[in-house]
Amino acid sequence: MASLKEMRNRISSVKATQKITKAMQMVAAAKLRRSQDAAEAARPYARRLASVIANLAAGVSGDGAPALLAGTGREDRHLIVVAAADRGLAGGFTSSIVRAARERIDTLVREGKDVKIVCVGKKATAQLRRLYSDRIVENFDLSAYRQFTLSVAQPIADLVTKLYEAGDVDVVTLFYSRFKSVVQQIPTALQLIPATVEGGAPAEGASAVYEYEPSEEAILETLLPRNLTVQILSALLDNMAGFYASQMTAMDNATRNAGDMIKRYTLEYNRSRQAQITKELIEIISGAEAV
Amino acid sequence: MAKLHFSLVAPERELFSAEVDQVDAPGTEGDFGVLPNHAPFMTTLREGRVTVRDGSTVRLFDIQGGFADVGPDGFTILAEHAVEAA
Repeated sequence: MASLKEMRNRISSVKATQKITKAMQMVAAAKLRRSQDAAEAARPYARRLASVIANLAAGVSGDGAPALLAGTGREDRHLIVVAAADRGLAGGFTSSIVRAARERIDTLVREGKDVKIVCVGKKATAQLRRLYSDRIVENFDLSAYRQFTLSVAQPIADLVTKLYEAGDVDVVTLFYSRFKSVVQQIPTALQLIPATVEGGAPAEGASAVYEYEPSEEAILETLLPRNLTVQILSALLDNMAGFYASQMTAMDNATRNAGDMIKRYTLEYNRSRQAQITKELIEIISGAEAV
Repeated sequence: MAKLHFSLVAPERELFSAEVDQVDAPGTEGDFGVLPNHAPFMTTLREGRVTVRDGSTVRLFDIQGGFADVGPDGFTILAEHAVEAA
């Protein structure tokens, strides 16, 4: 049985931990709101860009299509971009993304494909390096950025484009966590190259009457790289919101656990304190009786 | 008179979205103005100034690169960078 002093120390250390987790929870909640707003504010641009590209892509097909859209015609060499958190203490946030990526990587490897990996975020790098150190071509550390803007996503997009244009990869897939709600973040795979065009051909014939300046192909040529960057940026923003949501939940759980522990220890402490008092009383009384 | 729905969207946020009378923008192959019921038109943009006129109010935005899409449902600029000019 631990002494009373030891128990007092234990209670106060759990209390201190609880204060920290409580503070982290509140910080995460505040940051969650901000990053959620940022993620939401970035959506109109991404959505419009995607719809414009879908429109254009419907018109430009076959030989004239840029390589980013058409692909190389093969799918032997894959590049997997795994975007996760830079910091920990967020429950299973990074692990769930990494798990989804790992499943894909293992499947591809079993099929005999060549797989390269780009890690975004310190924690993703740490988890993936253990398993696939020889496949990682690059890792990005974004912990220095407090806000994600296009300039943060640009180097990642540049690297991806460079690898693609050098002919080192055929298919590029991005893994991130889609922010659905505060309690739900879904690890998602998004194919970046060849670009996926959503919604088929909206507004049939609309592209025929459009006038283009310069040409359709030239516009598409400039839009596709930008779309790549924007897709990466929205993934990063979603990740950030998801990270804070996940951290908030994790810290909330930790705070509650600490509360339970404190209650249990306090009960135990009081019990043994009373036991000791009773014992002392018995000693005094029996001592007095003996006199 | 018919109005033109114009929105200016930057990657970080939507800067402007409303019904206006006229918008002038810097296209890569020359500046152009868009009035209500403009024919469908797409172009890339260069660095320059976008002028938005509505009645007697004029708002100016400085943009850097981007893309303009004039469609049946209005005029949209997707700018790479955009700030409202003072």
